[in-house]
Amino acid sequence: MNYNWNWGIFWDQTPDATGTYFGSLMSGLQVTILLALCAWFIAFVMGSLIGIMRTLPARWAVFVGNAYIEMFRNIPLLVQLFIWFFVIPELLPGDLGIWIKQLRNGPFIAAMLGLGFYMSSRVAAQITAGINALPKGQRMAGTAIGLTTWQTYRYILLPLAYRIIFPPLTSEFLNTIKNTAPALTIGVLELTARARSMQEFSFQVFEAFSAAAAIYLVLSAVVTIVMRMIEKRLAIPGFSGGK
Amino acid sequence: MFSNFDYDVIWRSLPYLFQQGMVFTLTLTAIATVFGLILGTLIAMMRLSSSAVLSGFAVSYVNLMRSLPLVLVIFLFYFLMPYVGQWIIRADQPVQVGAYASTIVTFTLFEAAYFSEIMRAGIQSVPRGQVMAGYAIGLNYREVMRHVVLPQAFRNMLPVIFTQTIVLFQDTSLVYVLSITDFLGAASKVAQRDGRLTEMYLFAALVYFVICFTASFFVKRLQKRISIIR
Amino acid sequence: MKRIFLLGTMIAAAVCTTQAGAQELTGTLKKIKDTGAITIGFRDSSVPFSYLDDNQKPVGFAMDICYKIVDAVKKELKNDKIEVKLNPVTSATRIPLIANGTVDLECGSTTNNADRQKQVAFTNTHFLTASRFVSKKASKLDKIDDLKGKSVVSTSGTTNIKQLTEANAARNLGINVIPAKDHAEAFLMVETDRAVAFVMDDILLASLAAGARDPSAYVISKDAFSKAEPYGIMLRKDDAPFKKVVDAATAELYKSPEGAKIYDKWFTQKIPPKGLNLNVPMGAEQKKAFASPSDSPDPDAYAAN
Repeated sequence: MNYNWNWGIFWDQTPDATGTYFGSLMSGLQVTILLALCAWFIAFVMGSLIGIMRTLPARWAVFVGNAYIEMFRNIPLLVQLFIWFFVIPELLPGDLGIWIKQLRNGPFIAAMLGLGFYMSSRVAAQITAGINALPKGQRMAGTAIGLTTWQTYRYILLPLAYRIIFPPLTSEFLNTIKNTAPALTIGVLELTARARSMQEFSFQVFEAFSAAAAIYLVLSAVVTIVMRMIEKRLAIPGFSGGK
Repeated sequence: MFSNFDYDVIWRSLPYLFQQGMVFTLTLTAIATVFGLILGTLIAMMRLSSSAVLSGFAVSYVNLMRSLPLVLVIFLFYFLMPYVGQWIIRADQPVQVGAYASTIVTFTLFEAAYFSEIMRAGIQSVPRGQVMAGYAIGLNYREVMRHVVLPQAFRNMLPVIFTQTIVLFQDTSLVYVLSITDFLGAASKVAQRDGRLTEMYLFAALVYFVICFTASFFVKRLQKRISIIR
Repeated sequence: MKRIFLLGTMIAAAVCTTQAGAQELTGTLKKIKDTGAITIGFRDSSVPFSYLDDNQKPVGFAMDICYKIVDAVKKELKNDKIEVKLNPVTSATRIPLIANGTVDLECGSTTNNADRQKQVAFTNTHFLTASRFVSKKASKLDKIDDLKGKSVVSTSGTTNIKQLTEANAARNLGINVIPAKDHAEAFLMVETDRAVAFVMDDILLASLAAGARDPSAYVISKDAFSKAEPYGIMLRKDDAPFKKVVDAATAELYKSPEGAKIYDKWFTQKIPPKGLNLNVPMGAEQKKAFASPSDSPDPDAYAAN
């Protein structure tokens, strides 16, 4: 292989003289984590709302929930990011649009919204599945002891449902981390973007991308381990979520 | 809001968008599904085999691919593949792999990890008794797999396989990062040339939506039919 | 018996000559001969060097030069049927793709500098341009220092984004540097007010602004981030026989009246897709670069005295 390997490159200064290439990758990692957490917050909140709506007795709620899921699930993430970043500010009234476009964190915010809503449709599907997996008796028991619909959800259904779907939610969170990478197309300097720019300046293509790959591997391993620990602590003996 | 919309730009670029862009998107989806499924099935069989080496390899391959963002893999493979080719055939210089061939190999290898998990579930969904019955009537491993297990596994998993194909269809839009003319690439080239982002991106979204929505509608129907027969 | 012996020697001789012929060819020339194809890397939006026309076919000044190079390669290999394959590249992918053999010639607007010469080779310079920025007239920016604290876009993988980040650090400007995939995308960021300025080679800025919906709304800075730097067509490093063919072809073209003709076609006449005329006649430096072709990465080597 006629390629000049240089693993020492990580300790070289970047052209912007703000630190080493390693430091630049680490700052990319920070952005990746921050973006994943912010997007996950949106995904979790919106996903829960929509997921719960789809289990309500009201038919309009089910319809709205289904429409929401279909909309965000059937358009590629990249297209959704472009719409949040390029299209939506154009459709807003003049000054507001310009104000949004000139936000310094514009790309980050667009990526957060795009990724958050995209993932929320997947979270919603999981939540619905979790609630529907509970024995019907649970909901009836709630009604029987005089709880309102809201109380039934709050005290009976949701605590059980979230435990059941904890493992799939963990994997959706891991997907959220991976799906931060397409944000580089709208100018977010996350980990893959940092690796790409390291490659451009240092010409060390494979060192840059393998380092980024290794960081993603470690990140997903750490998240998986932490989630397993949380899952164990949350487990209720006798329920399928806990074994 | 839509008053200064230029529908004409969409109309004018339709042949380019579909004849070049969508044709490439669909070709990539189809080839990556077929080869990804074949490779994925092999990996699933390795994973379920009694050999620790084979199953270890399968587990690490699947975990590796599933931990990496596709965008990163697209970049990495695009740059790496010619060197790997050189190493395999011991050539004196990197083997030329074009953009299209490269994306096809990338998506096949990447999606194989996901298809292998589906096929593993499919193989496990076939009752053990059938496998034993197969051996009992004198079939060998290959014959049991070929005639008993895989056809049922494949059939049971058909809706999931189609769902994954829809995901794959959406994922192909990521080749945008290499400036390849897939459907989204074509739309964004027109958008940037004519300064018509709003029109082109909304149109692209609509096209993807219609295709994926229709496809998943049929997958749901298929799912119902299959579950009734079983 | 004698006849068989004769036949044997003939076969042996034939084998020897083909082998000798094959030994002469190495690297890219050998590859082109073996595969019967040469791959040209083109750009989406490097107007007027290499970009997509109305039919989405790559055209431009550098593309014309490359087709001349292909003719020379055909002559060298005595094969008229060499197929030309086109592969899209971006600023970020072009250097790795030359290095890994995906493209044989990169025909666009690639700055030839000493840093890059460690990775790839360049043939004779086909254009000279300095790094400046374009902004909307309304935002009243003309010096580099005016960009302080603002969002500024440049294309990822270019010398320009590197110069911008370096200037940002050296002058402590606190600029928010946004990387874009290609020039059209970067210019769009300025057009839609997501960034106040786009740092790029001034010739590319001029063509992007000229192609904008309202060309009069834009202004290119006087302040430059660099001297006028040379553009070259990129090829693989350490491939002397191929470079020799390419260098000879480009030198011959640039010195001949045809060189000036191709230049005029793209810089002083209407060009596709919108019929723009960039109106950039050959300056003294450009004339010198064509009269005495060179692949030097040093901007000072091109100064017209």
